[in-house]
Amino acid sequence: MDLPTVWFVLIAVLWTGYFVLEGFDFGVGTLMGVIGRDNPTRATMMGTIGPVWDGNEVWLIVAGGATFAAFPAWYATLFSGFYLPLLVILIALIVRAVGIEYRHKRDDIAWQRRWDACIIAGSILPSFLWGVAFANLTAGVPINADGNYAGTVFDLLGGYALLGGLTTLALFTTHGAVFLALKTTDPLRTTARRTAVRLGVVTIVAAAAFLTWTAFKHANPASIALSITAAVALVAAVALVAAGREGWSFSATTVTITAVVAALFTALFPDVMPSTIDSAYSLTVAGTASSPYTLKIMTIVAAIFTPVVLLYQGWTYWVFRKRLTAPRQADAHT
Amino acid sequence: MDVLDASRWQFAITTVYHFLFVPLTIGLSFLVAGMQSAWVRTNDERWLKLTKLFGKLFLINFAMGVVTGIVQEFQFGMNWSAYSTYVGDVFGAPLAIEGLAAFFLESTFLGLWIFGWDKLPRRVHLACIWIAAFGTALSAYFILVANSFMQWPTGHTLNNDRVELVDFAALLGNKVALITLPHTLAAVFLTSGAFMLAVAMWHLMRHHRGDDTQSPTDTDPTAEKAWRSAAKIGAVTVLVASVAVVVTGDIQGKIMTETQPMKMAAAEALYETEQPAAFSILTIGSLDGTEEVWSITVPGLLSFLGTGSFDGEVLGINDVNASYQDKYGPGDYRPNIPLTYWSFRAMIGLGIAATGVALLALWTLRRGRTPSNRWLRRLMVVSPLLPLAATAFGWIFTETGRQPWIVFTLLKTEDGVSPSVSFAEIMTSLIGFTTLYAVLAVVEIGLLLRYAKAGLPTEPATY
Repeated sequence: MDLPTVWFVLIAVLWTGYFVLEGFDFGVGTLMGVIGRDNPTRATMMGTIGPVWDGNEVWLIVAGGATFAAFPAWYATLFSGFYLPLLVILIALIVRAVGIEYRHKRDDIAWQRRWDACIIAGSILPSFLWGVAFANLTAGVPINADGNYAGTVFDLLGGYALLGGLTTLALFTTHGAVFLALKTTDPLRTTARRTAVRLGVVTIVAAAAFLTWTAFKHANPASIALSITAAVALVAAVALVAAGREGWSFSATTVTITAVVAALFTALFPDVMPSTIDSAYSLTVAGTASSPYTLKIMTIVAAIFTPVVLLYQGWTYWVFRKRLTAPRQADAHT
Repeated sequence: MDVLDASRWQFAITTVYHFLFVPLTIGLSFLVAGMQSAWVRTNDERWLKLTKLFGKLFLINFAMGVVTGIVQEFQFGMNWSAYSTYVGDVFGAPLAIEGLAAFFLESTFLGLWIFGWDKLPRRVHLACIWIAAFGTALSAYFILVANSFMQWPTGHTLNNDRVELVDFAALLGNKVALITLPHTLAAVFLTSGAFMLAVAMWHLMRHHRGDDTQSPTDTDPTAEKAWRSAAKIGAVTVLVASVAVVVTGDIQGKIMTETQPMKMAAAEALYETEQPAAFSILTIGSLDGTEEVWSITVPGLLSFLGTGSFDGEVLGINDVNASYQDKYGPGDYRPNIPLTYWSFRAMIGLGIAATGVALLALWTLRRGRTPSNRWLRRLMVVSPLLPLAATAFGWIFTETGRQPWIVFTLLKTEDGVSPSVSFAEIMTSLIGFTTLYAVLAVVEIGLLLRYAKAGLPTEPATY
């Protein structure tokens, strides 16, 4: 495997890490609007992601930075082409992060409700829009001879892209529900489990439609095999959470997300951004890669730091492995 | 206004806003780590309470630093895609390494620190805040490496209409980066020291006057001792940092004169080459080189700042412009002179003012005294704004002094904008970010004041 291909794989790994990790904290944020009925419950829900969500979000920063460093022309076309969706994602991530940090900073129910709204909207929008963005990435967008995006924002909102968005929203929310069931005790655990099963069924339908559509657009044996893996893992996840095996179910939703991201990147390769105007204009791995020297340096840096990061992030999850119990309304410190 | 102007305004607003949080984040992380270390060593409750309070203020601030930082990374691709394509091979690397090597450390260990108070052994928990603090400084280094490439490109070669990295060590060892890092870190400590000083002095003076009735710390006999320690630590931090700011700033000035003579000339609005060159503290006039109504000047000072000798030659704007036209083709290579002139003075003047406040505070606290002057208390409350504004002006000077280049001598700013993004899109985001940032500023300042006023925790509370 040459270095540009290695980095294509690494970028896919970084996005996978981001979606697996922030996927569940997006899910918990979204669910706050669904099952977070009272303030103590909401506080507990936030408590499950509190110690880790910030570290999860860094995966996005590194994925963005790595794309910039390894495939500058891809980074440039992608980020300028998807301008408005990215703007919405950024604003959503800002109000969400500030909400998570600030909601418990005042003992004032109106204050907390306002931030809760920010957290909920700030979790739903990126969950949906990342799916839209990745569906567009796979399907291709109008890219002109100069390698620039030549469409409008409406070109990004086709049926396939919207279905992609719906799929990631449903998938992340299910992933979050399973995580919540894994991290809490009754009665929240039971509620989360039940929600995971219901959402899981919706996700199966959406994902099946999306992955089938993807297979028709970009038939490629490897991506089809990965899509099937994703589907099987998803069905297993729903069955496992229904049976009360939350740990295994969470592993299964993790496999699902990993397989979906891998399927999309596999369908994409060797392009990084196909052009719908003329396939000759498509951006490719080879055509957008940085110089061999830069990629070599980056590979060495990644080889040193990635295992270290995985080690200490893993340790964080170990430190905060205990299930959380929601205090009863009466004795709750909100 | 066009795409270029709107993109520049957005970059300026988002960058200056981001950097309001960065200095407090970096500086307070170290100060909090220091106080927690004092607690672990001495077991003195006072340090624990100070750790908790300033830790909370630090976290309120950290959240804003993170979210505004993501915008910084994304907008290179969104608003400056031509720039990103052109320099990505070189510029992307420090950015990616910052995330992988430094930002992961900060975020992860901060999460452990916030939620780990009763879950981790004392010393392990203490190590978490030190690792996070180290991470913030490491972040600063990599970001400054990236920025310094734009000021003084090193370690690269031109190939097929883009720059490519050929010497990683030269990129990391860029002399502009190596001097900008200590200067920035010194400014960071000046800012966070002033912040700590202000909070502590306000409480100390209220406490002493007996009108600290709102705060539960009123009944706590150790509170006064704690505030006194915090005030002294803050003041000493400011004083030590201000010496470091001056020393590093001086070296930086000399490197700037060597690498970017236009920026140094613009800092003084020096149109004609002079030997020796004077430094004007204030100038009333048009700053276009034609008329000067009134000014206060220090003879030879600019020569010293730029060359290290009081009679050194400092190149004027006109000469530098002419030599750039010879080298890089016809065009105007002058930055906005009034902006560079005044931002340079604002940076220095506000920094000196902050140091003066710290000196004043230390003087009033000598031998166990506590001042009770109402004006002094008001001055204390606003004093952290001085170094904050100084650093903001410092960045405005650095970034606008480089214009019209986005990468000095390699790429003009006008050639860096995204060709596919419309004016309407950029205006949407410019207005969106400005509005959002304004609202968040109100919320953040409100929270900071609220917690700063509430004072020391009465019981070892968890976060």
